Amino acid sequence: MQRLWEDHRYSIIAAGLALVALMLSAYVVPEEEQVVIVRTGEPVGTINTPNGQMGAGLHWRWPFVDKVVRIEKRLLDLEMNDEEVLSNDQQRLLVNAYARFRITNPVRMVERAGSTEGVRTALEPILNSVLRQELGRRTFQAMLTAERGSALQNVRANLDRQARQYGAEVVDVQITRTDLPEAPLQSAFTRMESDRQREARTIRAQGGRDARIIRAEADAEAARIYAESFGKDASFYDFYRAMQSYDATFAAENGDAASSIILSPDNEYLQQFRGRR
Amino acid sequence: MAGKNPWGTGGDGSSGSGDGDAPKGDKGSGDKGNGPRNPWLPPGSGGGDGRRGPNIEDIFKNRGPEGPRRKGGGGGGGPNFRFPQRPGGKSWFPVAVVGIIALGLLATSVHLIGPQQQAVVKTLGNYTRTLDSGLKFSAPFPIETVDVEDVQGVRAVRIPGNNNQVKLILTGDQNLVDLSYIVRWNIKDLADYKFRVVDPVETVNEAAEAAMRAAVAEKQLDETFSGQGRAAIEQDVRERMQRTLDSYQAGIRVLGVEIEKADPPGQVVDAFRDVQVAEQNADAARNQAQGYAQQVLAQAQGEAEAFDKVYEQYRLAPEVTRQRLYYETMERVLSKTDKTIVEATGVTPYLPLPEIRRRAQQTEGPATTVTAPGGQ
Repeated sequence: MQRLWEDHRYSIIAAGLALVALMLSAYVVPEEEQVVIVRTGEPVGTINTPNGQMGAGLHWRWPFVDKVVRIEKRLLDLEMNDEEVLSNDQQRLLVNAYARFRITNPVRMVERAGSTEGVRTALEPILNSVLRQELGRRTFQAMLTAERGSALQNVRANLDRQARQYGAEVVDVQITRTDLPEAPLQSAFTRMESDRQREARTIRAQGGRDARIIRAEADAEAARIYAESFGKDASFYDFYRAMQSYDATFAAENGDAASSIILSPDNEYLQQFRGRR
Repeated sequence: MAGKNPWGTGGDGSSGSGDGDAPKGDKGSGDKGNGPRNPWLPPGSGGGDGRRGPNIEDIFKNRGPEGPRRKGGGGGGGPNFRFPQRPGGKSWFPVAVVGIIALGLLATSVHLIGPQQQAVVKTLGNYTRTLDSGLKFSAPFPIETVDVEDVQGVRAVRIPGNNNQVKLILTGDQNLVDLSYIVRWNIKDLADYKFRVVDPVETVNEAAEAAMRAAVAEKQLDETFSGQGRAAIEQDVRERMQRTLDSYQAGIRVLGVEIEKADPPGQVVDAFRDVQVAEQNADAARNQAQGYAQQVLAQAQGEAEAFDKVYEQYRLAPEVTRQRLYYETMERVLSKTDKTIVEATGVTPYLPLPEIRRRAQQTEGPATTVTAPGGQ
């Protein structure tokens, strides 16, 4: 060991210095990042930017002179707070949205916003107001439904225009929340409830109506059957039904004589009883 | 042991240079201004929060008789400890160091990638290739980093999450529905997944949320309850999500969206139940009516049939049948009733009506008094 130092002192020192120099001047740009080289305060080059010359990997810089500013290359998200938006028919809606953006011009971004956080800070109020304007022009119904597509396209285009000033590009804007504020929420519940109550009443009434119709149809059909049958001989029916009726009326079911009948001797039943005249 | 450890990080006498200094704490990678940097860390990761590479020095420190030092240097691990001698009087130390380094390099250059996995390889930070499953090789650690990820495995996310907050979604007819659903996805393109989007998992969740709200907003409340409507929503959400994620180049495949439940909000659930009850009531009323109808018709058919049968007989012998029926009926009726026969000529009949009443009341049957007019 001692000998090694004695013999190779200079080469070891040189290797050490070379190593230090390497440390100071080489740096790695990973795939996820883009880099702006700032030389004495001026951006002089970029690495791994979209459509840029240099990709990720090992790169060199002048030690102490070049500063390496690392910037996220991947898609970033911009969240906003819940906002109450007033539709043009004066209904309130709580809206929340997100935007997805990426830094496409890192030099401009570094100059104007400093960091991705700076871009977020700049864009959030813009997203807020653009969304508000765009949705506020629509009816409540349109806020909710199919027109969302075009609304969001407009919001995205607007926000993108603003974002370009900061070297960013807005890829997409999506609404993540559309809720009713407290008061309209309660009235919506009330409305849903009364709707259902009305529906229940209607259903019950329809049931009753159907039942009546079914009964009446059955009665009518029965009457038709009777008429068809009995109408063949009305006078015999009269006689036949009378007989049934006497049975039903006078023949006490429980066997005790409940009815008293006073017969005139002229009664047809007694005709034979009185002997032939 | 003499000489400096050529791999040393400066300022730490872990190679036993003899002055027996108290051991220092773990050397973080952000050990700036302390001589040369640790070459086993990716250069340029100036922050102290970067991933620490395998620090050979540390590995070495905790091995063998040189082991983690305790104060007071127990056993043979004193500061003046010497490595066992190789024949020829040289130390084993360089050999050991080289061996450990070789092992480390080997460990970071051989990768066993499972059947469901893929790996992305970054050469000095630059994405170069994707490895499929199997036994794969790469350049050792500082030069190439390999990131293994399960790509086939299905990830499922449940929305709303575990927070017990009910999330009501507005439907197209401005009603609210309480929905919870599961999104299943996996990785379509690992390189995109890794290098295109900052937080892919969160991105999936947010895209799902947005897609679900947009899809439900185009449906009526009742559609969200019906199986068919649900299937349509699931399909719609899946397509929307895929479109959104593809536009982000997120490298994610949405496998499916399943609605777990779609209920009316808790506050109005009673009213919804009452609708069900009303439907049952209506059905019950209809059923009762059907029952009545069956009964009435059966009776009518029965009676008509009976009459038809008798009438058939009657037509064969009208007079006789009529007489027979008359007498039979009279027999049945009069055999069971009190009969009084009045010879009408010149007699004023006394009708003991009060007595009849009384008797009727005793038996509590209907009392009937018939005065037959003189016939024929």
